[in-house]
Amino acid sequence: MSDPAVDDFVQLLTPEGQRVQHPDFSFEGTDEQVAGYLREMILARRFDNEATALQRKGELGLWPPALGQEAAQVGSVNATRLPDHIFPSYREHAVALNKGIDPVEMLTTFRGTAMVPWNSASNGLHLYSFVIGTQTLHSVGYAMGMQRDGLVGNADPAANGAAIVYFGDGATSQGDVNEAFIFAASYTAPVVFFCQNNQYAISEPIALQSKIPLYRRASGFGFPGVRVDGNDVLAVLAVTSWALERARRGEGPALIEAYTYRMGAHTTSDDPTKYRSRDETDQWRARDPISRVQTYLLRSGAIDQNWLDAVDAESEALAIRVREGCVTLPDPKFEEFFENVVIDPADILLEQRDDYLEYEAGFDDPSGVGTDQEPKQSEAQEAF
Amino acid sequence: MATMTLAKALNAGLRRALEADPKVLLAGEDIGKLGGVFRITEHLQRDFGPERVIDSPLAESGILGTAVGLALRGYRPVVEIQFDGFVYPAFDQIISQVSRFHFRSHGHLTMPMVVRIPYGGGIGAIEHHSESPEAYFAHTPGLKVVTCSNPVDAYWMIQQAIASDNPIIFFEPKRRYHEKGEVDVEAEPMPLYQARVVKPGEDLTLVTYGPMVRTCVEAAIAAGEEGRDIEVIDLRSLAPLDIATVVESVNKTGRAIVVHEAALTLGMGAEIAARLQQECFYALAAPVFRVTGYDIPYPPSRVEASFLPDLDRVLDAVDRSLAY
Repeated sequence: MSDPAVDDFVQLLTPEGQRVQHPDFSFEGTDEQVAGYLREMILARRFDNEATALQRKGELGLWPPALGQEAAQVGSVNATRLPDHIFPSYREHAVALNKGIDPVEMLTTFRGTAMVPWNSASNGLHLYSFVIGTQTLHSVGYAMGMQRDGLVGNADPAANGAAIVYFGDGATSQGDVNEAFIFAASYTAPVVFFCQNNQYAISEPIALQSKIPLYRRASGFGFPGVRVDGNDVLAVLAVTSWALERARRGEGPALIEAYTYRMGAHTTSDDPTKYRSRDETDQWRARDPISRVQTYLLRSGAIDQNWLDAVDAESEALAIRVREGCVTLPDPKFEEFFENVVIDPADILLEQRDDYLEYEAGFDDPSGVGTDQEPKQSEAQEAF
Repeated sequence: MATMTLAKALNAGLRRALEADPKVLLAGEDIGKLGGVFRITEHLQRDFGPERVIDSPLAESGILGTAVGLALRGYRPVVEIQFDGFVYPAFDQIISQVSRFHFRSHGHLTMPMVVRIPYGGGIGAIEHHSESPEAYFAHTPGLKVVTCSNPVDAYWMIQQAIASDNPIIFFEPKRRYHEKGEVDVEAEPMPLYQARVVKPGEDLTLVTYGPMVRTCVEAAIAAGEEGRDIEVIDLRSLAPLDIATVVESVNKTGRAIVVHEAALTLGMGAEIAARLQQECFYALAAPVFRVTGYDIPYPPSRVEASFLPDLDRVLDAVDRSLAY
């Protein structure tokens, strides 16, 4: 890699599929495990591409593609285990799939049939957050709670846990992220800051956010920072495992800068051809996170064409399920959204709900209310 | 019965909440050894330890955002914003996160959090230390907003707020911190979201809350000396509003004046006036008047007396209302 910014870049698998050594980090797992990561990445990419296509057909209001960031996500999430708790931004689709979130359920947020549907208390994955960087503070507070619950620094490593939070390069300019660094450092909170530097915050290049490599900012806050090849699933796994382990032991936060590239648009409302060159994209395509693992495993003999065909069939089935599931997602009833505003709704809120229902009942066809203003999905949320 | 100041009553209420539930945590700037700049948390860190009474770095968004995480982990954080004017860096966390976690999680998550904010003027402070930002929060779905006006309410309301699973913005009238009252710590408290008729009357209703309750009671007493029988209502809760108590009063008196320190436009008075014209249209003998701060940023302290509603401005409005 010819990028001069890439110093101390942890890499264990080259874009050409060669395993390489690093003095501080290593991957000790088996090729069968690596094949498992490959399968996860292939399925995540297929799901992601399917969601992008659904948005293009008007079935989703918006989709933020994770294309190109599969290794950063699959590598890091495979370093977690309960009672770790994960705080995603809104692009961690491969992480969510790994945590068992149903892919069709994941689309409800982007189709506009639900807010964020999954129960974060039961699967260790917090809700998607759409305000940039906000979740970093939540993860630090959660980690402070884990400290108080005795989940850090126990003699039995299995009893320990940590929080991990995902955010992007753009988020590092946010006050909340910098405050999260400070609080985490001050309280030695067991949290791993996992920054996917995908080179762009919508159109703004990383150079606008930072004059130094992002991982070096950590030292100014008083904790270690590591830059890892974000397209190398083995290196990401190794570095994240190290950071999580030290957090669980009570050694405090760490910042991981997963150096990667957003191969797709920021969201489906974005047009990356306006601000980046085809040359640049082609250069990064050559560093694809999936093809290098496939090359390596085919060469090692851990997988063969039959294996790839089976995963292909699996991903085809996933795509069909996602397509059919998405278009048949039912619209929620509007009156449901008077619930869960507060735990004990005040009279005025109940009156407003009743007024709405009475108004709706005044029409011959109750389902006709409001349908004269069908939202145009393609125009929705341009600001994203 | 114990005689205590409003500040001491808050301290006693926080102490009792910390004793009652090990999940209750306090966090804020200078709340530990110092006991907060107003000493509301005095000795609480000494007695409950730095893990439960947490001195925070000087970053209000950080205080709120980490409190969100603690609440997600099952704790019941009570955070102190040092002064009203310093809540704005935390505004995004409160509005975009705290207020809507229950909603955006489809009821899976709760956010049992209390945000304590000393508010209002009248203490000769410099800029940003005398604000009344309550309407911003009362306007926001998902938040409860309450305010105490006396030691009894301070003692009970803070405990009720902490026991609630809703996020609650708890406004404390800082200029009344040192006023004393008799607190019966064994008494049955009023429901948190209920308004109280502080002084009954037949001729006109003063609707107010927080620091202006005392001002209005004094005005009512002064008006009484001129033979005018004024009712005073302490709203106590701004979201939700106990409008039924106000409506009952105004249906009786036919006249209402809303008094608050916050600026006029789109303040609590606007909502109350709108509700009253809807609910008491035929009972009203006069328009609903508002006696409030003016629509200017809070002025320098040497002229704050002209900005703040006081007894004379309230009585002037009483005259105008009764002249209808």
